[in-house]
Amino acid sequence: MIEGILIGLKTALSFQNILMVMIGCFFGTIIGMLPGLGPMTAIALMIPITYGFDPATGLILMAGVYYGAVFGGSTSSILLNAPGVPGTVATSFDGYPMAQQGKAGKALAIAAWSSFAGGTLAAIYLLFMAPSLSKVSLSFRSPDYFALMILGLTAIAAFSSKGQFIKAMMMVVLGLMLASVGQDSLSDITRFTFNNMNLTDGISFVLVVMATFAMSEALTIILKRNDPTAAAKQVSLTELGSIKINKEERAKMLKTIPRTSVIGFIIGVLPGAGATIASFLAYGMERNLVKDDEKEKFGKGSVHGLSAPETANNAACSGAFVPLLTLGIPGSGTTAVMLGALLGFGIQPGPRLYMTNPEIFWSVIMSMYIGMVILLILNLPLIPYIARILAVPKNYLIPLILFFSITGIYVMSFNNFDIYLMIGIAVVATFMRLYDFPMPPLILAFVLGGLMEENLRRSLLISNGSWEFLWDRPLTAAILAVTIIIVGWQIFKTFKKN
Amino acid sequence: MNINTTKIISLLFFVFSAFYLYTAYQIQVFSFDENAPFNARTFPIYLGYAGLFFSGLKLILPDPNTIKVEHKTLEYKKTIILVLIAIIYGATILKIGYFLTTSLFLISSYYFLGERRWMLMFLLSFPFVASFMYLLHGILDIYLRDPFLKLIGVMG
Repeated sequence: MIEGILIGLKTALSFQNILMVMIGCFFGTIIGMLPGLGPMTAIALMIPITYGFDPATGLILMAGVYYGAVFGGSTSSILLNAPGVPGTVATSFDGYPMAQQGKAGKALAIAAWSSFAGGTLAAIYLLFMAPSLSKVSLSFRSPDYFALMILGLTAIAAFSSKGQFIKAMMMVVLGLMLASVGQDSLSDITRFTFNNMNLTDGISFVLVVMATFAMSEALTIILKRNDPTAAAKQVSLTELGSIKINKEERAKMLKTIPRTSVIGFIIGVLPGAGATIASFLAYGMERNLVKDDEKEKFGKGSVHGLSAPETANNAACSGAFVPLLTLGIPGSGTTAVMLGALLGFGIQPGPRLYMTNPEIFWSVIMSMYIGMVILLILNLPLIPYIARILAVPKNYLIPLILFFSITGIYVMSFNNFDIYLMIGIAVVATFMRLYDFPMPPLILAFVLGGLMEENLRRSLLISNGSWEFLWDRPLTAAILAVTIIIVGWQIFKTFKKN
Repeated sequence: MNINTTKIISLLFFVFSAFYLYTAYQIQVFSFDENAPFNARTFPIYLGYAGLFFSGLKLILPDPNTIKVEHKTLEYKKTIILVLIAIIYGATILKIGYFLTTSLFLISSYYFLGERRWMLMFLLSFPFVASFMYLLHGILDIYLRDPFLKLIGVMG
């Protein structure tokens, strides 16, 4: 492991990679601050640029964008009560009241230090857990992988859209259907191409991500007459005040951070859960754990209440890398985008990644530390200036997002058909967004579609067509049992509501 | 049963799933693969049924969380114009080239979204695209096809 850490450090500390982490964190912070544009859009817009680098650098850049977006989301939560990303909604509960009391700078500093500590602790957990998990996951077989993918898709559907489980499952099926277009991986038989040569290789992953996130979010902003930059214009006018944290506040944070980092990390590891659930759960848990007099301060600018979700959401971001790096199965929409990008580089993440490509495995983990430090020392003092950059009017922002999306597809395929297809998917996605059809399940399903079919094929061929493989092995049966519990619970909730 | 747009979308998805399932059954497989436990049409067939199941469920079950969209407040005109500009951009990018079409796409999008500061519009189109092209083509070595720049001798 020491050797791996050294390889990772060497790669992550190269000038180019440090620069990439800085650019990623900076760009991610800007996008994360804009309500409506989340980390997935930020990462999607970065994909075409990452193809100019080696895989390790590309992944480091995307990881930087991810953390930056979560950090940027916290900033708008605290200063404007307008969370940039869902994972920072709980941050606004105490961050915004604190800002209203004239302690915006302090709230930002508490959030930044908590994010830093949460992310760093989670990166340490990841450092020790990932290699052991990789070894354990070597014993996974096709039925286990198939069951795990079903669990991941069900979980993301259950958690991504409150009370809209069936809609989310429809999006999962649609994602899998889109993934089935093109040549069958084993027999090379073409499917759903309708004799169109452009579809023979299937629909590009970047195309689907750009269409359903970047482009569709831009169209939604225009359609709903939203102005994501309006919030940023206010930020630059806000008096931030001191960013110093006193001894008492530090003591409170020191109690909150260790426990909420653990819960954040565990939730992040679970498929589908992610930063949003982690932050809410940590907030609720912290409220139950503190003394009664502190409990009353929750919602009115509590240090514990601000530190808990911030620690947890960053820890969850690192935790989400565990299933991606060790099993090759992303646990969230954002890590699904990263998986797609890795596959584009010709790299298959999974248990063997840290043996076959140790520089990628370890440099990503090491770059997490570097990313956290950069976020702390660079972004915190720069927030008022970043906010000024954000004051770009939406009349410029939207065309630029569309430009990045179309360029992304153009440089990949030099094909008009792909651009038309992307616009078509974006229009459909924009319409579906209006009616609360969630997009992350579609992306996760699209990325997992090929792997899922492959594992089902192997399982069915080994068991000679019998579905008994689902309960033959205790591990498969256990994963399936969890899936059934999630589905059962969602169906029960749906019927209860009706 | 209350008919709302979510139900209509579900109905469309149901019809789409039925069509997908029909097409899945039409996938030609090798004769020796016809009765294999798994062939090229197995997974799509399951997906077709799953699509029918979930959209059917959404159609049948009452919808307590009905999403109401105020269509009058939506900005359809600008959205449609932007989509049309993007389509024209897509249609011309290969023939004319990246630099000119992208710059014109940006200028026209800024204009239709209500921007009138021409100097800023210019700076955020032609010079901006040129710098971005330099980043992609010159620094990152990502190939960009541009017949227009080739014609005027700027690009090799």
